[in-house]
Amino acid sequence: MESDIVLTMRHICKIFPGVKALDDVDFTLRKGEIHALMGENGAGKSTLIKVLTGVFDFDEGEIRLSGYDEPILNKSPQEAQKRGISTVYQEVNLCPNLSVAENIFIGREPCKLGRIDWKKMYSMARELLSKLDIEVDVTCPMENYSIALQQMVAIARAVDMSAKVLILDEPTSSLDDLEVEKLFTLMRKLRDKGVGIIFVTHFLEQVYSVCDRITVLRNGQLVGEYPIAELPRLKLVAKMIGKDFDDLASIKSLRTQKPNGTQVIKAEQLGHSGTIKPFDLRIMQGEVIGLAGLLGSGRSELARSLYGADKPDCGELFVKGKKFVPSHPIDAIHRGMAYLPEDRKKEGVIADLSVRENIMIALQAKKGMFKLLSRKQQEEFTDQYISLLQIKTADRETPVKQLSGGNQQKVIIGRWLLTQPDFIILDEPTKGIDIGTKTEIQKLVLKLADKGTSVLFISSEIDEMLRTCDHMAILRDGSKVAELKEDEMSQKSIMGAIAGGNQ
Amino acid sequence: MIRAFLKKLTSYRLFLPIASLILVLLVNMIKTPTFFQLEMRNGVLYGYIIDVINRASELVILAVGMTLVVAASGGTDISVGAVMAVAGAVCCFVLAGGQRTVNAYQNPYILGVLAALLAGILCGAWNGFLVSKMKIQPMVATLILFTAGRGIAQLVTRGQITYIRVENFKLLGANIPGVPLPTSIFIAILVVILTNLLLKKSALGLYIEAVGVNKNASRLVGIKSDQIIFLVYVFCGLCAGIAGMITTSRIYSADANNIGLNMELDAILAVALGGNSLAGGRFTLLGSVIGAYTIQALTTTLYAMGVSADQIPVYKAIVVVLIVSLQSEEFVRWFSKMQARRKVVA
Repeated sequence: MESDIVLTMRHICKIFPGVKALDDVDFTLRKGEIHALMGENGAGKSTLIKVLTGVFDFDEGEIRLSGYDEPILNKSPQEAQKRGISTVYQEVNLCPNLSVAENIFIGREPCKLGRIDWKKMYSMARELLSKLDIEVDVTCPMENYSIALQQMVAIARAVDMSAKVLILDEPTSSLDDLEVEKLFTLMRKLRDKGVGIIFVTHFLEQVYSVCDRITVLRNGQLVGEYPIAELPRLKLVAKMIGKDFDDLASIKSLRTQKPNGTQVIKAEQLGHSGTIKPFDLRIMQGEVIGLAGLLGSGRSELARSLYGADKPDCGELFVKGKKFVPSHPIDAIHRGMAYLPEDRKKEGVIADLSVRENIMIALQAKKGMFKLLSRKQQEEFTDQYISLLQIKTADRETPVKQLSGGNQQKVIIGRWLLTQPDFIILDEPTKGIDIGTKTEIQKLVLKLADKGTSVLFISSEIDEMLRTCDHMAILRDGSKVAELKEDEMSQKSIMGAIAGGNQ
Repeated sequence: MIRAFLKKLTSYRLFLPIASLILVLLVNMIKTPTFFQLEMRNGVLYGYIIDVINRASELVILAVGMTLVVAASGGTDISVGAVMAVAGAVCCFVLAGGQRTVNAYQNPYILGVLAALLAGILCGAWNGFLVSKMKIQPMVATLILFTAGRGIAQLVTRGQITYIRVENFKLLGANIPGVPLPTSIFIAILVVILTNLLLKKSALGLYIEAVGVNKNASRLVGIKSDQIIFLVYVFCGLCAGIAGMITTSRIYSADANNIGLNMELDAILAVALGGNSLAGGRFTLLGSVIGAYTIQALTTTLYAMGVSADQIPVYKAIVVVLIVSLQSEEFVRWFSKMQARRKVVA
């Protein structure tokens, strides 16, 4: 092992039932470096971290840590910590009611005559924190301090316990810019002390301001390891998203009508604090507008604020020229909106209910509780959409959870088409769906637009957007940063806009 | 042929609850031959079986409300017993006009009934507010009235038992002259039928199941999930109010300490025995009703077998453990595994 290498992971494979979460992944961490682990959701970042820290076991490969001659095998996070690998998660796991010093030394308090030596504990805590330039009163309860400070204390604790490898898993998601800067100062300080830091984040800006090296994963496979200077933003985004164009022919020819000039949605400085900064947006009748951006860039949040899934707290929204204050989805539904959420399992399907119930429920809610659709109507509607969308189900009374992911998605699409919306939001409608169904859904989007329905289309696949959208809005770090007209839209321009900066 | 029939029968949702009830009744047939005997005295039917159905009335009504609470919120309302006491106390307070014991109504009877039901609804609304708006866990939220309810009832009756010594006050808990069956049976059946109509003729039943299965998804399809949860607690309170009225009528007094004592546990059990998942979602009202009758049959059986009142909970617990584990998925899995192994050996 080279002397400056702290950790190597070689040929790591991890198989979950049905999926290969990690496929022959290598990872190397050097002494005194901040190493970003990047990738879209499901790329395998967290799995790799969990394999390293002993939360999961792995199926193949080996992990070597400096100071150990043999490959190591961590069976639990505690064991990993003993060997010098500590993790600080997004949610701080400290006890808010205990003092700062107690939190740092919990489980390993300095003792004298079988009792806790408070004086020594406080002085040790003070010394540790002052070395890292963290200014807190160590006798105060943890809850008196901001999340950022709590995070720093958590880091100090982790470093004090073991100082070889420090893993920071999305530590900045709940911090503001100033706090992030403070955290970075601390990270640089630790780097200079020789700690190897693994930094997992979605924020591109932060990677470029603090990291030395980047490892990119995609679909459980290693894309590569690059020094930061050799991987400009644009290339990074391309590596994360992957540029595998599928060879399906363009389907845009399905469009015969162009969007007419009637405005369906007009948002002015609409925003939701903490998730999406104020934005302007206009959507015409029969238009397909795409929202592009990395995960966590505010794509879904923008859509949710239009639909009233999250109440916007500033700005104004007009639907077909009339002012609309989104407060509950049912109000949006009455105004002709429909929303297919990104998280199908958590927010889309109602798993135990039948296909019929899942399809008719939105229309039922639109009509009201006391106007129950007759059983005959329900069955007619269900059969109509089962055949229209070619939903593969044994029966209309089959619980929807027994269907495959793609067919579940079709059920939800059917649910919304049944309400005959004027404006439909599709958040990642093709995620986790086989390629054939994907194309069907894309075609459906175009057909809908042709009939005058406006569509807000969110997808991580740029290619898919290019094939369906008339017009695109780009989001980065919670704000809308650009709009692209149809003739400006290309793989390159979109990725450039997503990456931002000078690239 | 027989095997296919059996398979179809066991896949029917109410199979296990009904089988449990039949099991309890069968034990009776063997142990207490007089169990199914009916007797007509002064135009009123008597017998163990009538006794079971009569005594189960309150439990059936509570189970109806509890089923909806469990289905929509995935939690239980443990305050129903105490709410019964509150409703009883309020009813007697109104009818007695604040006196300790009366021989004639001080206010119209209907006013007492309405006050009791209103008290139940208010208690339910309080629980519903805590669960749906304040997002407190159902068990914790209803724990408040579970402990405070009887105190409130004591306050209303000023720490004494209020007696209503009026003949027609007892009608609700006894027989209306000329009718061979106790009144409470009809009330219980009426509550079940009306609730079922409400659930089936409106979309409420569907909404409750949808909210219980996936609250977030239900909100996004336009169901006011919080409102539905609030409503089921109010409804559960109303049911407790009705049940409280019946018990109060049986003892023609408001006994804050004993009305509905430990009934909440039986009500939750009835829901579980009915084959409903306590995690919420899909439910069958009829299952809970059968569950309620099973529990009462069990209690009455034990009495008939001469078990003393203090020991009854032990036997009840044993039988309940048996029935509930028979219905558990884990048991079914284990059982089919055992069968598979036996086949291999053979």
